[in-house]
Amino acid sequence: MAEVMVVTSGKGGVGKTTSTAALGAALAQTGQTVAVVDFDVGLRNLDLIMGAERRVVYDLINVANGEARLHQALIRDKRIETLYLLPASQTRDKDALTEEGVKRVIGELRERFDWIICDSPAGIERGATLAMKYADLAVVIANPEVSSVRDSDRIIGLLDAKTEKAESGQRMEKHLLLTRYDAARAGRGEMLSVEDVLEILSIPLLGIIPESEEVLRASNVGSPVTLNNAASAPARAYMDAARRLCGEDVAMSIPMHRKGFLDRLFGRRAA
Amino acid sequence: MNIFSMFSRRTSAPVARERLQILLAHERGGTTCNADLIALLQKEVLAAIAKHIDVDPDKVQIKMERRDEVSLLEIDVEIPTPSPKGGKPQDKTAPEIRTTSRVASQRAGRAA
Repeated sequence: MAEVMVVTSGKGGVGKTTSTAALGAALAQTGQTVAVVDFDVGLRNLDLIMGAERRVVYDLINVANGEARLHQALIRDKRIETLYLLPASQTRDKDALTEEGVKRVIGELRERFDWIICDSPAGIERGATLAMKYADLAVVIANPEVSSVRDSDRIIGLLDAKTEKAESGQRMEKHLLLTRYDAARAGRGEMLSVEDVLEILSIPLLGIIPESEEVLRASNVGSPVTLNNAASAPARAYMDAARRLCGEDVAMSIPMHRKGFLDRLFGRRAA
Repeated sequence: MNIFSMFSRRTSAPVARERLQILLAHERGGTTCNADLIALLQKEVLAAIAKHIDVDPDKVQIKMERRDEVSLLEIDVEIPTPSPKGGKPQDKTAPEIRTTSRVASQRAGRAA
């Protein structure tokens, strides 16, 4: 049965698009069919992170408005054959999306895919509420930082009030993905710890993604971090999170970059 | 804990955590359905009182405070004392009727 999952955060720049691409690729690698959908109309970026920016012809709004068929707009990933991208429009604004249009597109996607991952825009306006509206579960992305945690709390409130699931009296399933985590700084008391954030937001933890140079390296070349360097710490953390989404019981750990003798000697350069 | 931490200043994460806890306790109380509920209560309480007493709508204040176990609903109504000579309705020494009622906690929705 298809699962519609929204990746949301309220605050911008915390890793929604990176996480959408990484989780999408990790789930698709298990053989399941996955569609990643960019809801950031006017500021699309998922195409760029997926390395498909030159292959966009039709977009979400074209399909929602009936100007194109779904199969015309879907872009198949060149690395994993079960992974598809539905890009956002770059030239329209968020008001071009309608509830009915989005509902119809999500309904069509449900028939074709095991996972539909909606990459929400930042903020709490139309684009963000439409991205979460028809979701079955939500991944809330937060950084261990005060403004991000506050905005995540706000988004959790919206997930419990403004989604179709919540409106019909059902409980919205929510998971926390803590990104850009630096275990050493948290250990020194310079950064909110995993426990701090969990206590404040009180939703179950899906994974902890360590702060890493690999994330920028992957986005530079347009490849989800889980594909670009599968052995890297963030990739392993995303793959663990994807396995948890599939119901596997995976012990929670914070994958770290293993420092060799030279790394220690010369700092972080030798990564 | 090591020897260097004795010389370093107080760590900042506990401050962040405390600030967030205080802030969110307030924000969770004042968002979405609660804001609507308070507006509705204000209107209905005012209508009920207005049937019997002439009150200034601005002199009715309703607050809701959320705590761990219970929430506090506070209703402040300022009622002008009728002056003995029937002269000045806007008496400065008006007594205040203060009603405080406790309502059940609404935290249940946030438990994961």
